[in-house]
Amino acid sequence: MILLWLECDANGVTEISLETVAFARSLSAAGGGIVIRAALFGDVPEAARDQLAAHGVDEVHHVTGSAYDAYSGAAWASALQDIRERTTCVVVAAAGSPRGNEVIAHLAARLDVPMAANVLSFSGLAPFEVTRQVAGGSALEDMRLPRRPALFTVAGHSWTATPADQRTTPVWHEESPAVAEADLIARVSARGEAKEDSSGALTSSRVVVGAGRGAGGPNGFGGVMELAEMLDGALGVSRVVTSLGWRPHHEQIGQTGSRISPELYIPCGISGAIQHWAGCSSSKTILAINTDAEAPMVTKAHYAVIGDMHEVVPAIVAELKRRAV
Amino acid sequence: MVNVLVCVKRVPDSSSQVVLTPDNQAVDGRHAGFTVSSHEECAIELAVRLAEATGGLATVLTLGPAEATEQLRSALAVGCGAAVHIEADGVAFGPADVAREIAAVVRSHEAEGRGHDLVLLGNDASDTGDFQVGIRLAYALGLPVVNGVSTLEVADGVVSAHVDGPDGPETYSVPTPMVATVLEGGVEPRYPTLKGRIGAKKVELETRSAATQPAGAHRVRLRLPPPAPTTVEILGEGPEAAPSVVDLFEKLGIR
Amino acid sequence: MAEVPGHARVVVIGAGIVGNSLVHHLARLGWRDIVQIDKGPLPNPGGSTGHASNFIFLTDHSREITDLTLDSVAQYKEMGVFTQSGGFEVARTEERMEELRRRMSSARAWGIEAELVSPEFVQEKVPFLDSDQIIGAFWQPGVGVVDSLRAGTIMRERALELGALTTVPNVEVTGLDVEDGRITHVRTDKGDIETKYVVIACGVWSPKIGDMAGVSIPLTPAVHQMISVGPCPQLAEREGEISFPIVRDMDTFCYERQHGADMEVGSYAHRAILMEPEDIPTIDQAKLSPTELPFTSDDFDPQLEQAYELMPDLLGAEGAEIRYAINGLLSLTCDGSPILGESQVKGLWTAAAVWVKEGPGVGRAVAEWMTQGWSEIDLAHSDISRFHGHQKRREHTRLRTTESFIKTYGIIHPAEQYESDRNQRKSPMHESQEKLGAFFYETAGWERPHWYESNAPLLDQYGDAVMPREHDWDSRWWSPIINAEHLRMREAAGVVDLTAFQVFDIEGPGALESVQQTCVAQCDAAVGKVIYTPVLDANGGFRSDLTVMRLGDERFRVVTGGAHGASDQQWFSDHLVGEATLTGRTDEISTIGLWGPRARDILASLTDADVSDEGFPMLTCREITLTAGGGATVLASRISYVGELGWELYVAMDDAAAVWDALLETGVTHGTVPVGIGVYGTTGRIEKGYRAYGFELDAERTIVEAGMQRPRVKAAEFVGRDAYLAQRAETPKAVLCTLTVEDHRSTSGMKRYMLGGEPILTRDGATLTDGHGHHPYVTTAGSAPSLGKHVLLAYLPPEQAEIGTELAVSYMEELYPVVVRSVDATALFDPANERMH
Repeated sequence: MILLWLECDANGVTEISLETVAFARSLSAAGGGIVIRAALFGDVPEAARDQLAAHGVDEVHHVTGSAYDAYSGAAWASALQDIRERTTCVVVAAAGSPRGNEVIAHLAARLDVPMAANVLSFSGLAPFEVTRQVAGGSALEDMRLPRRPALFTVAGHSWTATPADQRTTPVWHEESPAVAEADLIARVSARGEAKEDSSGALTSSRVVVGAGRGAGGPNGFGGVMELAEMLDGALGVSRVVTSLGWRPHHEQIGQTGSRISPELYIPCGISGAIQHWAGCSSSKTILAINTDAEAPMVTKAHYAVIGDMHEVVPAIVAELKRRAV
Repeated sequence: MVNVLVCVKRVPDSSSQVVLTPDNQAVDGRHAGFTVSSHEECAIELAVRLAEATGGLATVLTLGPAEATEQLRSALAVGCGAAVHIEADGVAFGPADVAREIAAVVRSHEAEGRGHDLVLLGNDASDTGDFQVGIRLAYALGLPVVNGVSTLEVADGVVSAHVDGPDGPETYSVPTPMVATVLEGGVEPRYPTLKGRIGAKKVELETRSAATQPAGAHRVRLRLPPPAPTTVEILGEGPEAAPSVVDLFEKLGIR
Repeated sequence: MAEVPGHARVVVIGAGIVGNSLVHHLARLGWRDIVQIDKGPLPNPGGSTGHASNFIFLTDHSREITDLTLDSVAQYKEMGVFTQSGGFEVARTEERMEELRRRMSSARAWGIEAELVSPEFVQEKVPFLDSDQIIGAFWQPGVGVVDSLRAGTIMRERALELGALTTVPNVEVTGLDVEDGRITHVRTDKGDIETKYVVIACGVWSPKIGDMAGVSIPLTPAVHQMISVGPCPQLAEREGEISFPIVRDMDTFCYERQHGADMEVGSYAHRAILMEPEDIPTIDQAKLSPTELPFTSDDFDPQLEQAYELMPDLLGAEGAEIRYAINGLLSLTCDGSPILGESQVKGLWTAAAVWVKEGPGVGRAVAEWMTQGWSEIDLAHSDISRFHGHQKRREHTRLRTTESFIKTYGIIHPAEQYESDRNQRKSPMHESQEKLGAFFYETAGWERPHWYESNAPLLDQYGDAVMPREHDWDSRWWSPIINAEHLRMREAAGVVDLTAFQVFDIEGPGALESVQQTCVAQCDAAVGKVIYTPVLDANGGFRSDLTVMRLGDERFRVVTGGAHGASDQQWFSDHLVGEATLTGRTDEISTIGLWGPRARDILASLTDADVSDEGFPMLTCREITLTAGGGATVLASRISYVGELGWELYVAMDDAAAVWDALLETGVTHGTVPVGIGVYGTTGRIEKGYRAYGFELDAERTIVEAGMQRPRVKAAEFVGRDAYLAQRAETPKAVLCTLTVEDHRSTSGMKRYMLGGEPILTRDGATLTDGHGHHPYVTTAGSAPSLGKHVLLAYLPPEQAEIGTELAVSYMEELYPVVVRSVDATALFDPANERMH
């Protein structure tokens, strides 16, 4: 059996958690129809129930209780461990989100078994071999998970969150496993208000306008910000821009910044170093604006305009305004 | 007085095209050079700030080949006061192996009366991206761990660790000793000064050998993804391309 | 993606400072259809220009390099990209101060404004420098920094404006096609270009491109480390890129160069870190650029402390951090000179191993060379044809640059010999010479005895006549034994190993015409004549001077010095006519010289041939068979470079050792000794006023100025004839003179002996200027033991070129009186050449 740890937001199960379910269905099929169990913690919006059925989850373990009100990696992993032992699942997986990696790592440490982060695919069940992203997505690792349970996380945007061919009627288990005091020491003790400009906007926007060294300085972002606003999108920047202090870190796209997957990404004056590509390669469509037709960002893009962003972007803004009239 | 141990890993610089070693077991830093991940640079910065603010000591540790002393010297140059080198072929060590080796050093320091109040690591290494060494270390030491920390303070034996969580900022209050993994972005790592670099050269390294045989990383091989063929469609040059761009927006249903 | 044009007159590979300068000057000189390609993007394609520290110190001990630098500065100034900052070379030791005095000599000789200044003077201009660390400095107010990328853009734009240039970046060369020894195509990943000319101007990648056409461009990529420290408040408060003079801390091999608020500290003190061109990362693989490699801090750490010592307040300032540090790649060669000119593949040129300080000058000179066959600045020392086979090996370049890298800021004696990769070419007599205690110098890879310790007993015999030198610097790489050997040769005879001569035969239909059109002297002489001749370029400057022997109607043997032999052979090869062929004989034939009053007696006792003055006159050659030395047949040539009766014997390599031994054995009874090149190349030569190529003779000098004109000019056409005729019709602008030093005593009381390169001034130290605007300097200095004088050769302004003119030579910043003794080729010793008969 496969046990998945899934995350929800206010709208239901998160996109990358559903991608993980799709991965699990493929694994289940390869194993001749293995049962897929899902563990969800805390508040679960109503929409999630329908999503779980649509995506083919067989059984759901809903964990609640005062021990789980505030997040604690150790406590949540403890509950997951409890469920796994009771259900004898041989695979435990989560999405390769910060929390997904954290919870699975806790479980791996508790069980003293290997863990594979950011898995893209599997190539065999016995031995269980997976391919995962390393070096920020610019290299792949073939890795064996010889021990049971096999623990891994699924790399974001490597699978499409399509519903299952056949709906299921998930069996729902309400649970509140006991937690040791020691596992509650490191838990969230205070929460702040989500800042409006936090990276959330960047990762959830349908359109992201990016700007790199070509902006030329801290005052060079007026045009791209106006374009982002007109397209109801967010502004993202390359690492050099934050390194130089031109824009705040939370706007950074890349291996050590946010990873985005918008409908349209418009990188302006970004050469497209590997570091940056790791964060934007999942964009559905990329339109690069760059003076250098040979820049990696241009050659990897779907569309490109060759020119100075300080000339091209205002022209696009003007054209948008003209057509809006 | 807070004594911090900050653990770093010598990794190939990741800002250029990845090249693999001939045995396909590691990323080759021959051309790009070696560094530590930006998460670890921030961890060093946090460690140094804590040590400076409290009159404590920031000790940097790495497990790796002889060349990894370069990364130790770099950390010493920006304010770490001591360094531990576990001399070993890092490629042969899996995340659990590395955690066990660090734990052995921490316990040994504890036994010598120079224990660490706080152990900092990077959230994940920029080459292998395992996301687990810090957590495994915490379990090996029986200590609490907070992941993805941006900034932290220590007061009265309690660490306040700040994390940029999925739903907004979070704070963890955890008594020392504890483990934290650091995510880039909370602090700006400093560059070395000339004097710092000169001083770093003079610090004697604590060199150790690995305590146990590594179990390994279960790596079969590394591969490079096939290059995506370029299919770029040039919409035009300069401002004249603007109408084509907006046509594209309309085609994609943006606006 | 952009395609390259299918045809071009010339393809310039490289868009660094050299390639950009070349396209500009080629266009300016009238060439069109110039295609320039680079594998990187513009304006910084990622080569060495892109990370250069971009500062220019003017004075080099080499005239060629200094002239290229001065021309480059003039060009940078004209483009508005030069910022004058002034520059110090500071000394921490007395030994370095002495070197700085030598720099002053060079500055005076090349006409560069400079002075030696006190630590206080330095501190006044560089207030953050700790003057306690230094004892003095060499100050050049004309030093400055340039924007080499901007200069490159400007130069490309100028060629574009003339409609002469197409530049295509991001193009990688994949092959060079050669047909019948001529370049025909450049193959690239963006299409092929048919072309008549190609210039490889791509710095550290040049060897890789050269290999595609089978041409060795022997340079190696080498690391120069640089860090940037800042922001420094002392610098930040000033506006602009540079407002303090650049400091070269010569004794620690470092420099400190302000760049805005940052101080760049560069080092040549680390171990030589070399790379193969094939191992340079691609643009995608490199973090910064292919020539900005990851910094290896361990190599730099020792320099940090020295830099900190010199500028503690600046480099230790609050907030000053090391924000940028690279192992920058640049190009080094086995002899430190650039690699310029046409390769053995016709139409395939190189312009590589050039620093930013010489870039525009090199671009201009190579463009002139390509378009008119000669350049205003003589590039002989940088000519790609100078390399002998052993020098074309990558191993040689690696070993030599490893040895020389640490000498980048070193104190190098003018006669200093390399230690690495020696013993590449040994004469057949080498073993015998080792037993005689030969002190070997290297020429063209040959090991040549400079003197023999076995002759040390002669020192007692000649006493003070060997003109001993008291000062360490003057006597370094020198021995009074040289002068003892000289005296013994004049008294009895000497045997000289001349195996290093470059020897080649020109044969077949067209051989006479080939030789005639290459040489100034009449070569249509009787078979058996020996002809000494200058060789000129089209502008009438010296390409060489050498000897031609007519061995048959259409058979000539050319003999020239080893040092410049490869270039000479290439030059003759390039000027072959008809069916004539050129065959190298250097590795088959050894040459042994025998000179002195007893030379005839010695030779006569070894052969039955008639060697009398009538039977074997001066300037003739013929084969003779020896009765000793294995009975070898040798080609004997009655000629002398030392002013004594004697012969050069051309011997098959296999016979040479036996002939050498026979000459020495037979000679013993006549008082003969082996004599080294110290005599042959210097003392014997200058007593006779013989000029040497590379010293007195170069492409910027004329036959007339050198005092070597003959009454008539041959009617046959030869390269440089028109120019030579014009020179003869004009009053010379400078005259080569022989001077003697009248008093050697320095203020310290120690006698000093000049080594060459020193400026000639008036008795009271005023500058002299010749008709070219040049200042006279010593081209050769050496002992004339038979005269008991130290002799200097120098080109003087015509007004001073009168026998008896009293002048001074400046040596280590002290003046020594000299007197003009000869104003033409008249020898100071035996002016009537009576001893040669």
